[in-house]
Amino acid sequence: MAAPFLDRDLRVIPIDAYIDPPQPRARAIITHGHADHARSGHGAVLATPDTIAIMKVRYGEDCAGQFQALEFNTPLVVDDVTITLVPAGHILGSAQVVMEHRGQRIVVTGDYKRLPDRTAQTFELAECDLLVTEATFGLPVFQHPKPLDEIGRLLRSVETFPERSHVIGSYALGKAQRVIALLRDAGWDAPIYLHGAMIRLCELYVERGIPLGDLRPSLEVSKDDLKGQIIIAPPSAIKDRWSRRLPDPVLAVASGWMSVKQRAKQGGVELPLIISDHADWNELRQTIADTRASKVWVTHGREDALVYHCQQQGLEAEPLRIEAYEDGEEEVE
Amino acid sequence: MRAFAALMETLVLTPSRNRKLEAMVEYFRSTPDPDRGLGLAILTGALTFKNVKPAGLRDIVLDEVDPHLFALSYDYVGDLGETIALIWPHHGGTEPLPSLSDLVELFNMTSKAELPRLIGSLLTRATINERWALVKFATGALRIGVSARLAKTALAEMSGKPVQEIEEVWNGLTVPYTELFDWLDGRTERPDIDHASRFHPLMLSNPIDEEKDLEKLDPKDFVAEWKWDGIRVQLIAARGKVSLFSRTGDDIADAFPDVTGAVFGDAVLDGELLVGQEFDPAPFNDLQQRLNRKTALGKHLTAYPGFIRVYDMLFDGSEDIRALPWTERRARLETWFANNPQTRLDLSPIVQFDGWDQLAEIRRKGAAEHGHEGVMLKLRSSVYVPGRPKGLWYKWKRDPNVVDAILMYAQRGHGKRSSFYSDYTFGVWKGNEIVPIGKAYFGFTDEELKQLDKWVRNNTVASFGPVREVNKELVFEVAFDSAQQSTRHKSGVALRFPRINRIRWDKPATEAATLDDMQVFLSAT
Repeated sequence: MAAPFLDRDLRVIPIDAYIDPPQPRARAIITHGHADHARSGHGAVLATPDTIAIMKVRYGEDCAGQFQALEFNTPLVVDDVTITLVPAGHILGSAQVVMEHRGQRIVVTGDYKRLPDRTAQTFELAECDLLVTEATFGLPVFQHPKPLDEIGRLLRSVETFPERSHVIGSYALGKAQRVIALLRDAGWDAPIYLHGAMIRLCELYVERGIPLGDLRPSLEVSKDDLKGQIIIAPPSAIKDRWSRRLPDPVLAVASGWMSVKQRAKQGGVELPLIISDHADWNELRQTIADTRASKVWVTHGREDALVYHCQQQGLEAEPLRIEAYEDGEEEVE
Repeated sequence: MRAFAALMETLVLTPSRNRKLEAMVEYFRSTPDPDRGLGLAILTGALTFKNVKPAGLRDIVLDEVDPHLFALSYDYVGDLGETIALIWPHHGGTEPLPSLSDLVELFNMTSKAELPRLIGSLLTRATINERWALVKFATGALRIGVSARLAKTALAEMSGKPVQEIEEVWNGLTVPYTELFDWLDGRTERPDIDHASRFHPLMLSNPIDEEKDLEKLDPKDFVAEWKWDGIRVQLIAARGKVSLFSRTGDDIADAFPDVTGAVFGDAVLDGELLVGQEFDPAPFNDLQQRLNRKTALGKHLTAYPGFIRVYDMLFDGSEDIRALPWTERRARLETWFANNPQTRLDLSPIVQFDGWDQLAEIRRKGAAEHGHEGVMLKLRSSVYVPGRPKGLWYKWKRDPNVVDAILMYAQRGHGKRSSFYSDYTFGVWKGNEIVPIGKAYFGFTDEELKQLDKWVRNNTVASFGPVREVNKELVFEVAFDSAQQSTRHKSGVALRFPRINRIRWDKPATEAATLDDMQVFLSAT
């Protein structure tokens, strides 16, 4: 293929726009609202309406010079580049960026998963010449089990310990709402209690058409009334002072990382729930094959194994080392 | 298998001892024989599969997974068994895994050559947690934080039988422990086993209360011995076989072949396991090199030869003498030594004294000059009673050493304390610098813990993951049993059994101890 019209900092060269740039840029295309992809301070932001709403809630109305909302699967022509945002299935509003320029097609997946999830628009496959894929779980040890089975384990634990509360450490954007939706789908109709950091984003999901059932702030409830209940909180809070108000909590964390038991143990997690919003190893490989890309750039995670795998398949592949911030005590999904 | 996998996961992940117990009790209650007995054997390390080795399992996996990808994964996960369980690429067998007893039978019946295929097919049928449990127990690399003692305590809770009675019969039993469970369930009498060749729960002492106890006790009724700084053991020599048990009934014979291989005569003896040349006890640190090992290292056998300082006798030959008074047991013990010359056993000498004041002085001198931990007082008429009976044996520990040290780092605790900064690293002055000398996480009240937690949060200067560095302003009076040279700490000093004696909210850090102040403690041991 011809030289790509995207450089290794994910700059779309013909239109001088960056995808998920870590530094403020004049023009940014944002795949989704997580902090390591969406930052404040860009001149102009192109994103899905959901992503723009999320950015405004997190960073304020004026966190970018201007916003341009682009609906899914609606091609937008900028100079001679056609940009289409295609659902990535990661969180509400998350998109892959599909670009076409002089007959060359490039897809930047952003973060994605292919399993159905009613809190995110379902992943759609886009064929391309160059695929820029994430690799958060890019090792063959990551083979995520069925999310509803994991929720089943949680509900069995709740049944076994009626005197205890269950607090689920979940990233406030995306994972929290997914866990709540899964609980509802599994038949848990009781109120679900929220740490303060969760409330605004849950409200946003509901406003944007994703019902989450009866949600209540955990603050307003007495310790006794939380026995046998489920509380959702950021992973950093479940072991901190905040959790002292809970009756003998079972510490759970919902994350793809939880498949490694020693890791869960080191984190003091009693009930690891392997619920991930990222593609696992098998999905990553499947997707690379399905896009029929001849060239693959791997970013965001454990690049080495996925690059090696692509090369074994006869694809041109290389890792992209994009500066993304690492969070000390917890790993963001 | 599903229930056992769930039990293993709970045991690994729950930090709470009580919850581990609850989970085991529930498993033993709800699981039929012989599966629960096999589960018990796996937990206590009594059941292993010789033919299944982690390296062998890796070979099975490498038939299915690219070696480079396996290496990258192993590097990330860090545990071979867990890597194998997670990376196994085939899932979704239709049948559930066989029961534990069927599995054990399969493992034992299958030839070494066929074993890989069997395990491969089991891994395919297993759920994600079962794969983990399967690899863990098949390779015997459990590491799930359950001691044999804890498993026995669970059996005691399940049945209402005293844990001592379970310990007494334990070593005469065989997997899958059906006769044990029959007795625990109340269906049969207690299993009858050879009394001279199994572990007998130890007799323990109570700490003496100098103010209250001494005036009530007549020195003439008691004998004194030094309190040795090793580990309490029970040595059983019967019909040519020698066993060595820790105070909790764990069999540690394999780690001390130098001792067990040199015993002459038949007896059940109670004593202190020590290391040192020519019966001269070396510091506890040296003994520690040899503990918690499955076997002894050759170099340790010469550098730290083991010996047992014997102070009591439970069986003389095959005769149970526990009901005899101490004086008679001692006489029997001395006769036994005279008739059976030993190279790795010696007698703990009797310390002569006339009154408590004199003994207090002897105790003080022993601590200062020889580093003795204190003295033991034993009622001359005391029979050997398992457990901690009142009024028969006392330990009179030497006064603890104390040092004023400065809090440097705090770390969150575990379990109930996981939201509190409850583990404290403290140090002393070395010139203008503060160097760490130890770490302690008890000695304070719950109320003080709250105050300390608050202080730590308000005085944090830096965070490293779970650790907070604090302003070097708070002084602890730290009590400790002894101090030793150490290469592990920058200060070159390590404290034995340190605890927070007092929080010196009042004392400025500039008045805390210096490393030079620590030297006196080092020379005393």
